[in-house]
Amino acid sequence: MLEIINVSKVYDDNQKEALSNINLTIKEGSFTSIVGPSGSGKSTMLNMIAGLEYPTSGQILLDGEPVTGPGSDRVVMFQEAALFPWLSVIDNVKFGMRMAGVSKEEQERKAMYYLDMVHLGKYRDFAVHQLSGGMKQRVSLARSLTMDSKILLMDEPFSALDKQTTNILRDEVESIWEKTRKTVILITHSVEEALYLSDEIVVLSSSPGVVKDIFKVDFERPRQIDSPEFVRYRQDILHLVRSEVEKNVQETCS
Amino acid sequence: MSRKPAAKVVMPFGRDKKKKATPLGYVLFYVIIIAIWQAVWYVGTMVFDIWKPYAFPNPKGVFISLLQQSQGGDLLRAIGFSLERAAIGFAVAIVCGVILGLLIMNIGVLARYLKPMILGIQTLPSICWVPFAILWFGLTAQAIIFVVVMGSMFSIALSVESSVRNINPIYVKAARTMGASGKNLILHVIFPAALPNFIAGLRQGWSFGWRALMAGEVMSAAIGLGHSLVMGRDLADINQVMLIMIIIVIVGIVIDKFVFSLIEEKVLRKRGL
Repeated sequence: MLEIINVSKVYDDNQKEALSNINLTIKEGSFTSIVGPSGSGKSTMLNMIAGLEYPTSGQILLDGEPVTGPGSDRVVMFQEAALFPWLSVIDNVKFGMRMAGVSKEEQERKAMYYLDMVHLGKYRDFAVHQLSGGMKQRVSLARSLTMDSKILLMDEPFSALDKQTTNILRDEVESIWEKTRKTVILITHSVEEALYLSDEIVVLSSSPGVVKDIFKVDFERPRQIDSPEFVRYRQDILHLVRSEVEKNVQETCS
Repeated sequence: MSRKPAAKVVMPFGRDKKKKATPLGYVLFYVIIIAIWQAVWYVGTMVFDIWKPYAFPNPKGVFISLLQQSQGGDLLRAIGFSLERAAIGFAVAIVCGVILGLLIMNIGVLARYLKPMILGIQTLPSICWVPFAILWFGLTAQAIIFVVVMGSMFSIALSVESSVRNINPIYVKAARTMGASGKNLILHVIFPAALPNFIAGLRQGWSFGWRALMAGEVMSAAIGLGHSLVMGRDLADINQVMLIMIIIVIVGIVIDKFVFSLIEEKVLRKRGL
């Protein structure tokens, strides 16, 4: 269980409050999406959970333990796949296990297991630059899964991909999540993406980011974009997000 | 899901961008250049009498000088000695440069106060180190090597610092969330990520070192290409001077093409850069 308690973040350089008094509890095994307009501090929130940034005030607890820095129990999938170009596909997938001192045989076994899971077993010896954007993101997903982390953090993992690839990858993420039942936190600006995947959708408002509303999404999976529930949820959430964007525009224009 | 080739950008100049240099093309191009050179020499000295024949180098004279210099292996010996000094000096410069670069990166005081000074020293022409070197080491090979080290180590130090600073931070972030830290982070992420820029820095350091070597050799009495150049001047043999200059250029090109280009290509091609 991840608890975010009274967390605020103020950046030193411009004294702007990025996040204000965030309270959030994320249950183990749940899929949570955080949506919000740009400037709502959603990436800041993910970075703080990952331990790459620190809250100005408040606390983040993972299973009761405060988060004090990055660690392999909270692995991140970044927007740009962040694969290492000097390593082959398989060595990229093994990287985290290598850092953790996992035995060579186990590295090989697990790396291939997860590479096969994302349908890239055949590409084990390819160089990173030979892969398409979607394939890179799948390698990145495989690499994240080998870490057996408590939480998988996804920072807009589909936003650099085309629509088709996004759909395929999103379905893969869903089926893998159903298989592994890992706790996943997805940062996204796409309400549809969030609705396809999430148990819970947290809507952030912009400058400063506060939790505007939390939607429990419990209708049946796999979800269809034209089902009445989907349409209803989308309308409600979009309405909320849009009012935030408009507020933001008015503020910057006035 | 295949990679699209990058879109062609049409530049407003340079029409034959698609054509690559070929060995035959090289031969033809330089045969023509040499022919023009010989013709200019002939017209300028024999027909219009603008220059004295001994004051203007000509291809035939350079070629004869090449044969003379090659006899008894004088030229090869000069190249060998020069390359040896360059190699020793460059090796020392890499060690010192890397250490200096790491110090600048890790000690705030040095980054704030010493780095601007190093940027300044780097602009100092390496020939300015020669009087200092001679006072310190005398007219010896060590003096020349010292000049080479001074000529290239500062640029290497700066390239160490800048190649690490310019690493895409996403690699470090990703590695840290996978539990990499300390020694592992440096060895498995920062070093390989900085390598392409560092190699480019070494290449530049080498070219500074090679220039510094010539400055040192011209001022010294030790056998080497720079010394052969001065000998040519002392003998008032313009063809020998020209020959040695051409040799210096060719050696520089050969080292650049066959050492640095190969290493760079090996590192970069693997990454698809």
